[in-house]
Amino acid sequence: MRVLCCVKRVPITGGKMVLTDDAQAIQTRHLGFTISPHEECGVEEAVRIVEAHAVEAHSGEVVALTLGPGEAEEQLRECMALGADRAIHLVSDEEWDAQATAGAIVEAIRSEEPFDLIVFGNESADAGNFQVGIRVAYALGLPVVTGLKGLTIAGGRARCEQEVPAGRDVYDVPLPAVVTVKEGLNLPRYPSVPAKLRANRKPVDAKPVNRPPAKLEKLRLVVPEGQGKQAEVLGRGADAAPAVVEVMQKLGVA
Amino acid sequence: MIGAGIVGNSLAYHLSELGWTDLVLLDKGPLPNPGGSTGHASNFIFPVDHSKEMTQLTLDSVRQYEAMGVFTCSGGIEVARTEERMQELQRRVSSAKAWGIDDVSIITPAQVKELVPYIDESVIVGGFYSPGVGIVDSLRAGTIMRERAQERGALSVFANTEVLGIDVEHGRITGIRTSRGDIATETIVVCCGVWSPKIARMAGALIPLTPAVHQMIDVGPVPHFKDTKGVIEFPIVRDMDTNMYERQDGSGLEIGSYAHRPILHDPEEIPSNEEAALSPTEFPFTEKDFTLQMEHALELIPDVLNDESVGIKYAINGILSLTPDGLPLLGETPEVKGLWSAAAVWVKEGPGVGRAVAEWMTNGESEIDLQSSDIARFYEHQRSRKHVRDRAAEGFNKTYGIVHPSEQWESNRNVRLSPFFLRERELGAAFFEAAGWERPQWYESNAKLLDEYGDRINRREAEWESRWWSPIINAEHLAMRDRAAMFDLTAFAIFDVTGPGALETVQKVSMRQMDVAVGKVVYTPVLSPSGTFKSDLTVMRLGHDRFRVVTGGAHGMADLKWYADHRPVDGSAQITDLTSAYCTLGLWGPRARDILQSLTSADMSNEGFAFASCRTIEIDSLPVLASRISYVGELGWELYVPMEQGAKLWDLVWEAGEPHGVVPAGIGVYGTTGRLEKCYRAFGFELDADFDVVEAGMAWGRVKAPEFIGKEAHVQHRESDPVAVLCTLTVDDHVSRDGTKRYMLGREPVLSKQGKALVDAEGRRSYVTSAGAGPSIGKHILLAYLPPENANVGEELLVEYLGEQYPVTVATNDSTPVFDPENARVKA
Repeated sequence: MRVLCCVKRVPITGGKMVLTDDAQAIQTRHLGFTISPHEECGVEEAVRIVEAHAVEAHSGEVVALTLGPGEAEEQLRECMALGADRAIHLVSDEEWDAQATAGAIVEAIRSEEPFDLIVFGNESADAGNFQVGIRVAYALGLPVVTGLKGLTIAGGRARCEQEVPAGRDVYDVPLPAVVTVKEGLNLPRYPSVPAKLRANRKPVDAKPVNRPPAKLEKLRLVVPEGQGKQAEVLGRGADAAPAVVEVMQKLGVA
Repeated sequence: MIGAGIVGNSLAYHLSELGWTDLVLLDKGPLPNPGGSTGHASNFIFPVDHSKEMTQLTLDSVRQYEAMGVFTCSGGIEVARTEERMQELQRRVSSAKAWGIDDVSIITPAQVKELVPYIDESVIVGGFYSPGVGIVDSLRAGTIMRERAQERGALSVFANTEVLGIDVEHGRITGIRTSRGDIATETIVVCCGVWSPKIARMAGALIPLTPAVHQMIDVGPVPHFKDTKGVIEFPIVRDMDTNMYERQDGSGLEIGSYAHRPILHDPEEIPSNEEAALSPTEFPFTEKDFTLQMEHALELIPDVLNDESVGIKYAINGILSLTPDGLPLLGETPEVKGLWSAAAVWVKEGPGVGRAVAEWMTNGESEIDLQSSDIARFYEHQRSRKHVRDRAAEGFNKTYGIVHPSEQWESNRNVRLSPFFLRERELGAAFFEAAGWERPQWYESNAKLLDEYGDRINRREAEWESRWWSPIINAEHLAMRDRAAMFDLTAFAIFDVTGPGALETVQKVSMRQMDVAVGKVVYTPVLSPSGTFKSDLTVMRLGHDRFRVVTGGAHGMADLKWYADHRPVDGSAQITDLTSAYCTLGLWGPRARDILQSLTSADMSNEGFAFASCRTIEIDSLPVLASRISYVGELGWELYVPMEQGAKLWDLVWEAGEPHGVVPAGIGVYGTTGRLEKCYRAFGFELDADFDVVEAGMAWGRVKAPEFIGKEAHVQHRESDPVAVLCTLTVDDHVSRDGTKRYMLGREPVLSKQGKALVDAEGRRSYVTSAGAGPSIGKHILLAYLPPENANVGEELLVEYLGEQYPVTVATNDSTPVFDPENARVKA
């Protein structure tokens, strides 16, 4: 089984969002970078699938792919610390729209041995276009199922589960296929120290890519009202317990 | 108080204890964790440090944390991977015992393994076990102290309140402006850690620290810790040779490092609480900087870290404060009256610093001597951004380093050069730094003297003691005693106290009589209110209303502030810093008079130029202020000329000295061998706030009639028996177990002949305050305060050095020198 996971380097936002002076980007001076939680679940799922379907030890592979600046290698190493075997880095400092991104990824995929499964996050954590996975599937003529919260691979087919109100929709598609996944699909592992060190030694195939003329132009960013940290005091001492339980139930952790 | 971290909260509590009311504690962040370094600190405390001051502050902090019930004792082990480190760990045992921590020991790899079963003992050669190590809940401690001050009605607390400006009028604090209103106040303490420079700048003051990264990761869950109770059961391990630590934290393990490249930031770069993804002082982890550390950690604790189920759950670049010399920044800023700093303080010393600074603000002094941490200690260039960052970066990787007591900084050197510098360099001077000055420690050109003195000069066989040292020092010493030597003393701090209020100022600050004839030089202790040492220095009376204070470079700026602070309020005395105006050439030895007399028509005879007098003489075309005193026990003078005339003075003295066999001599002689043979005391070594004048054996003469700071206490000290007596000891046998001769370097514990620690009635340990060769007497000399019952000439004792005990004998138990006890040479 060969699985490709496509990921994107995005800033870790937790505090108040600040834009650059020209409102073209998020001010990242104080921010770290990561991949989205969707993509983390995607990588974890890919690693588990390849492990489960290994005909023999070390057969099959998980490949992580990203399109982004040189620094995005950090995110590829993160993926490899989670268990991906190697990485493809399409290097570009520019910002790409969804169509162009999909085009570059398709080209990269065509130059590789065919993958059985291509995994995307449901949407990127920053732009949130919800498009790249679908465009790639279309271009490659592959079936695509989006927003997965469950995935089972068996007999050359993928059983895909989407969460819908009051239940799940299930799709059954033949491989090769494209899926876009959502946080909650699994509980990704924390990378171990040896896994981190191994990741540093795994190969990254970096190649520059040129952005075609943008078809979707960003004019500027706006920070929505009311954005930022909010703390609500639920109560003090033991009296606060019922309110805490209620919050936990709402979050689905109790 | 600006900043509600461990320091601000502690300070609020201790000030309220000391009777302060109307206290306000501000923080721009929320409580109880406003987002500073306290909030992400690893919170463990290893009490032993080579610095007495830091150890005392840490021990006091531990006592306070314990009393608040927030201290969990875990024990700690510093492990060594090399033999060189094992020697360093032995030094730590010495420091522990010198500062009164007895329960420490050197243990074998197997013993380390027994205490910390998850380490691989094959990569280490031993450990330094410190059972008193523990972790604290510093946020809880802060809350407890803050709430106690509030309960007393002494403190108002304003969280989420940003400082917008500080008002200063005529150099004094008058108020503070905040996002929630203005407050009129005469006193502000900046205790906001990494933000401190930014806040102090609002008042026009500099707090020389830099925010720097300390990387930490948390891994878990560790199967080994599954059944442990509480937050910590296993001793904390410091892997000294890799600059790392590993500590259990519940089911996880925290790994921290001081090994990565220094990563420095500016206070302005720290995000606001709102913008920060985590806390403002938890920066994104830069993983590449930690790769090697992970490999090192893997070597030491493979059982935990090779387990693939143990994941890295949290990783940050924690921001903490670093200073140019690694010590805190405490006290009133020299620029602004009423603006205090309590910055660059870590959790381990936080409550101790809070108490000490509160005492200082209240009483003008603290029980624990803060001389090394005094923010007034810096010269201007030492507060520059470049100097702060260069030295902080250099010091960072030495956090767990093996730092020799004489170790020199490498960065930002050659900043202050005396006019003798070019000549000194030609003579092969080995330059050591003093207050930014490049100062010869010895001269390679004197290597030829080694043959001349042959067996009288002992070579140091062990690498440790020969580091930052040369036998040439001892040869220069003997040449000075036989002929004469020239010394570059330009690093002295010099300032004039002038005006109608000058006498009143110097009388108030100095212990000895200052109302002397013009042309007299007085050596005087400067006392704290409780009669211990604030400084010691010399004062020349140059005119009715003009006194020139000459003091050591290292502490000169703090002395200047102390004099300036005690001028009459009517403005009748002025202080002028002349440090950069005058250079100083010392000329001492039996031929000094002949040399100088050949250069001047002035009467340099004993009758014409008495000891302890000064006057301007003409040497060639140079008017030279000559002062006949000595710190090396020889006939001679300090010669002062304006900087630009220094080179000429050097050449004149050099040429006149050649027929007399003059040699250039370094500070190795001036500060150690020459001084110790005369049993002269040095500030920061023998003289500090732990001992008084009587104990130091310096209470000669009568107490002067005029008032002076510390007088009342000093008179009491004279009336009662001393609790400790400063003695001079000589080493009887240097041979160690392996046959190598070893030479103590200072700060070693002094023990009874039975090997027991000597403790005086006030609980103070006997330790070697200074150590060095006495080439003229052919013995290694040690100074130490001893309990009176041991302070007997001829008493045999032991000194523990690097894990072995050496026999020593008390040579003198007062200020009588071991060389030339009659002081005939000085007064020749």
